[in-house]
Amino acid sequence: MGIAETYSRGRQLAIERPFALVLAVIVVVLFGDLLRGLATGQTQFADIGTLVWDGLMRGLVIGLAGIGLSMTYSILNFANFSHGDYITAGAFSGWATTYLIAGLGRADIGALLLVGAGGSVYGGTLGIGMLSTPLAVVAGIVVSGGFAIALSLAVDRTIFKPIRNEDGITLLITSIGVAFALRYLMQFVFGSDVRGTTAQPPSVSLYFIDGTVFINAHDITLLVVASALMLGVHVLLQRTKLGKAMRAMADNKDLALITGISTERVVRATWIIGGGLTGVAGYMFILWKGTLGFNDGWLLLLLIFAAVILGGIGSIYGAIAGGLVIGLTASMSVLWIPSAFSRAAAFVVMIVILLVKPSGLFSGRATA
Amino acid sequence: MSVRDDFTARIPGGDAGLIVLVLLGTYLAYVLAGFVLGYTLRGQLNSIATLTFYIGVFAMLSLALNLHWGYTGLFNIGIVGFMAVGVYVTAIVTKPTYVAGGAAQVGGLGLPLWVGILAGMTAAALLGLVVALPALRLRADYLAIVTIAMSEIVRFSFLSGELQQFQLFGNRVGFGGGSGLILDFAPPLEALLRGVGLWNGYLGFVDAFQVLVPRNPKPVVDGLVYGLLLLGFVAGFYWLLKRTGESPFGRVLKAIREDEDVANALGKNTDRFKIKSFMLGCALMGLAGILWLVPQGAVTPNFFRPRVTFFIWIALIIGGAGSNTGSVLGGAVFAAVLYQGPRYFQNLVSAVFPNLDSPSGFGQAISPLISQFDPVPFLLYTVDSIRQLQLVVMGLVLIWLMHNRPEGMLGYRKETASVIPLSRPKSMTADGGSDDSVRTDGGVDAAAQGGETDE
Amino acid sequence: MSDAADQPVEDVANKVDEDALGAFASGVDTSVDYPLRVEGLEKSFGGITAVDGATFEVEAGSLTGLIGPNGAGKSTTFNLITGMLKPDAGTVTFNGEDITGEEPHEIANRGMVRTFQIARELSEMTVLENMMLAPKHQRGETLWRSVMPGVRDDVREQEEELLERVWEVLDFFDIAHIAEEYAGNLSGGQRKLLEMARALLTDPDMLLLDEPFAGVNPTLEKKLLEHVHELREQGYTFLLVEHDMDLIMNNCEHVIVLHQGSVLTEGTPDEIRSNEEVIEAYLGGNV
Ligand SMILES: Nc1ncnc2c1ncn2[C@@H]1O[C@H](COP(=O)(O)OP(=O)(O)OP(=O)(O)O)[C@@H](O)[C@H]1O
Ligand SMILES: [Mg+2]
Repeated sequence: MGIAETYSRGRQLAIERPFALVLAVIVVVLFGDLLRGLATGQTQFADIGTLVWDGLMRGLVIGLAGIGLSMTYSILNFANFSHGDYITAGAFSGWATTYLIAGLGRADIGALLLVGAGGSVYGGTLGIGMLSTPLAVVAGIVVSGGFAIALSLAVDRTIFKPIRNEDGITLLITSIGVAFALRYLMQFVFGSDVRGTTAQPPSVSLYFIDGTVFINAHDITLLVVASALMLGVHVLLQRTKLGKAMRAMADNKDLALITGISTERVVRATWIIGGGLTGVAGYMFILWKGTLGFNDGWLLLLLIFAAVILGGIGSIYGAIAGGLVIGLTASMSVLWIPSAFSRAAAFVVMIVILLVKPSGLFSGRATA
Repeated sequence: MSVRDDFTARIPGGDAGLIVLVLLGTYLAYVLAGFVLGYTLRGQLNSIATLTFYIGVFAMLSLALNLHWGYTGLFNIGIVGFMAVGVYVTAIVTKPTYVAGGAAQVGGLGLPLWVGILAGMTAAALLGLVVALPALRLRADYLAIVTIAMSEIVRFSFLSGELQQFQLFGNRVGFGGGSGLILDFAPPLEALLRGVGLWNGYLGFVDAFQVLVPRNPKPVVDGLVYGLLLLGFVAGFYWLLKRTGESPFGRVLKAIREDEDVANALGKNTDRFKIKSFMLGCALMGLAGILWLVPQGAVTPNFFRPRVTFFIWIALIIGGAGSNTGSVLGGAVFAAVLYQGPRYFQNLVSAVFPNLDSPSGFGQAISPLISQFDPVPFLLYTVDSIRQLQLVVMGLVLIWLMHNRPEGMLGYRKETASVIPLSRPKSMTADGGSDDSVRTDGGVDAAAQGGETDE
Repeated sequence: MSDAADQPVEDVANKVDEDALGAFASGVDTSVDYPLRVEGLEKSFGGITAVDGATFEVEAGSLTGLIGPNGAGKSTTFNLITGMLKPDAGTVTFNGEDITGEEPHEIANRGMVRTFQIARELSEMTVLENMMLAPKHQRGETLWRSVMPGVRDDVREQEEELLERVWEVLDFFDIAHIAEEYAGNLSGGQRKLLEMARALLTDPDMLLLDEPFAGVNPTLEKKLLEHVHELREQGYTFLLVEHDMDLIMNNCEHVIVLHQGSVLTEGTPDEIRSNEEVIEAYLGGNV
């Protein structure tokens, strides 16, 4: 009886949700393979530890930047393809500040402001790092957030506001235009070379079962800053009147209007919060990986979209969780597939989620 | 109705007339600029050939995109992915088989080019099917994200070292990784002419061309004739899409774009129609990619960055999604003004001021402007960076269009979706439109009489 | 004039004959009397239960009314029957076959077509295009047939036939004068007419009409009702949602009352009129 019932239930599942079943099988196979690797000593625990840590860091950046994208997606109702270039813009503004403070008097101001365009000055030479030049880094973080806010408000005022009532696709196409203009303007100003931005940060080595996992000061900085900001957004949305208004508006624009919340104020708040987090995410991303190029944000954007869709559009917890899943997928996929496909693996996870649960993991709870 | 209608009505030949008019205007502008530059005849012909080439490829691609977006409302921003698959599959099928010690790292199957092209188009269509099956039910913006993700997956795959070479039917083939593939086989024009037995005649024609272009006329003639061939393909795409649109099939697509639920409720299997339309468009994108890249002699994966997809979108939006004429016009205007224009302008500047040294970076360009109000270095840097600024301009044009003219030059689709004109058939007498006629001509005499007595 | 106009009626008459013969040939099937059976239909949206165990039958060739206060679940029931929504529980049977969970186009192709409460015209298509879309099994809906030279002539031929029918139906519904207009430019009432005309062109056995007369002027409403009666006499079955009580009572032979997602009662108009519960439900619904 029991077996028959399980069998029939399994059959039903197979018929009704074939994708989910295939997915489950794949997950089981992958983990089986991993366990086999560990048992036979082909894979080391410490390798996995390193990959998990790497994925976690990547995930924090994606999640932090994803919050802003998710909020604008649900409140303004469009997929903002210029989001990636807000990340880059935030990063350049913040790093120009850091360079300026760290290198004042040691290098040409123009070269510092252009973040060492054309190899005129190197972050490593300036000894930039969280522990070596804390003031420069903190100032950079603040400026990156502030600049991204100013940028997103300015773009909204001039470009998105006039077509606020058009459909999502019109706005989406417009945002592609914004992305193009911003990205190549940055290339025009800052050049197309990828520059190293930091000196090698000090790191600690943690003994982990059969090897060591290295964790450096910038990892810790990223962890602290990202967690603090995520907590801050949570408090803001849950505890303040503005946060409630934003949640109401994400749920239902008309309803929000009736309750007397000024739509434009909510929109502005959305850009301020989302833009700020995005700019800081851009700065932290560069601090963590140590290089900066004009394409960085755009390359990250698709992963952020994957995270936001994975988590369910409009949900900030979803964006964070989605970011972690995507980050871990991208990092850990090298255990099974060639590293050239790690980004592809993250996209595949997104596509699979769209098939199995198009509304995302945290669906139905807009901006909460 | 609108100004536009009057305007096109006044042009002889209607839509086709408009296209020809715009093309002629564009060529005239280029030739005039060439004269200013003091181009030789060879230079003029080359620039015309290049222009024609880009007009051809962008017109084809925006026509194919029009089938997706304009006709069916499918938001595909993974166009490069389909182009890439078309090109790479064609390459693998057509490249000569591998011989150790040859120039090429990997070989192909050594089949004729037309087989390769068919295989490439089929592969692009099949990739379309793979994307479409799960994604077509999704919201338009999700489809957008899935398609662009797919195009990046395709690019990563061609870039990866693992697929650099592999065995296929006992032949050593591959995608060549980051360094790409050499397309060491006869280009489309030659293959075509050889196929129809005109190759020798063509070579004779090339020789005769020496009267106009004395030294080595072949590249010039090749370029011009290939440009014409591409325009022929544009005409073919146009014809195909016009017939597709003006048919019961196109009618269902139009209905899907308007309101998919309604089409479904009327008994149309909308998924089927969407998949077919998507696959056809993908095959055409693959073909356009093949015609674009195969004559270049080599292909690398990084050509297929998402920006090319956005070029095509801009072209379509300039012309007006939904209209085939608009797609061709948009492709032509994009190619002539936004794509080739700035490069031509750059040539113009460097021809007029040959020995200018532009600054190597923004810093050197801007500092004289700030300290000595000397704008020259900045201007030089601007001209030198025109390939980046061109993309900034494209972005701004896109924004401007979405603000001011989202329907593009020609506006939303006006072509009637039917094989025949839908006016009242001659066999039926015109209806007076009076109240009485309704009841009687409902053909339901008894009840109609009843209705009348009721009143 | 009347020659051409007689066409659709003959078509319809032929169709009914064939159906009758078909029924004979396949033996006696009791379900023929009740082409549509709905049993225990349930659907909820988040917390709201819109349809809660609705069970009813619609008799062949009848004009059955489905009434109920706002939010009673009438439109949702239509959506469940026609496959636009998938029910949480319950079954829908059409012509003796279980069609629960089928796709809308499959159900439409079985001969059950619906109109929408809020008219869903295809606004950037002309009235004519809207109408030409509807007929089933068009040859030209196959891509290659529409494109291939030669084969396309067959398509053209069929288009010509369809076009005649379309114009007849346009005349029938008194919207021939707006045939070339974009559907988006029509008035509310005209859109309703267009929808009904379009649904009719699919050659259905059964029509589900969701408030078809809302926004239609009284004269036209009367004419439409006459047409509905004619069509019904020719064998079509109608299920009609309508808020105008008088209209329902004067025209339907059977009335089903839906209240909070389930059938409160059903019967002849007279029975419904005198039913205390119904009055209660309506009053309660209005408070
Ligand atoms: N898609 C939906 N999502 C959430 N709730 C819905 C949805 N569709 C219907 N409802 C709810 O289900 C209930 C029944 O709605 P329905 O439209 O079926 O009523 P109705 O009887 O047609 O009303 P009316 O006479 O006003 O047209 C209502 O409370 C409505 O708000
Ligand atoms: Mg209703």
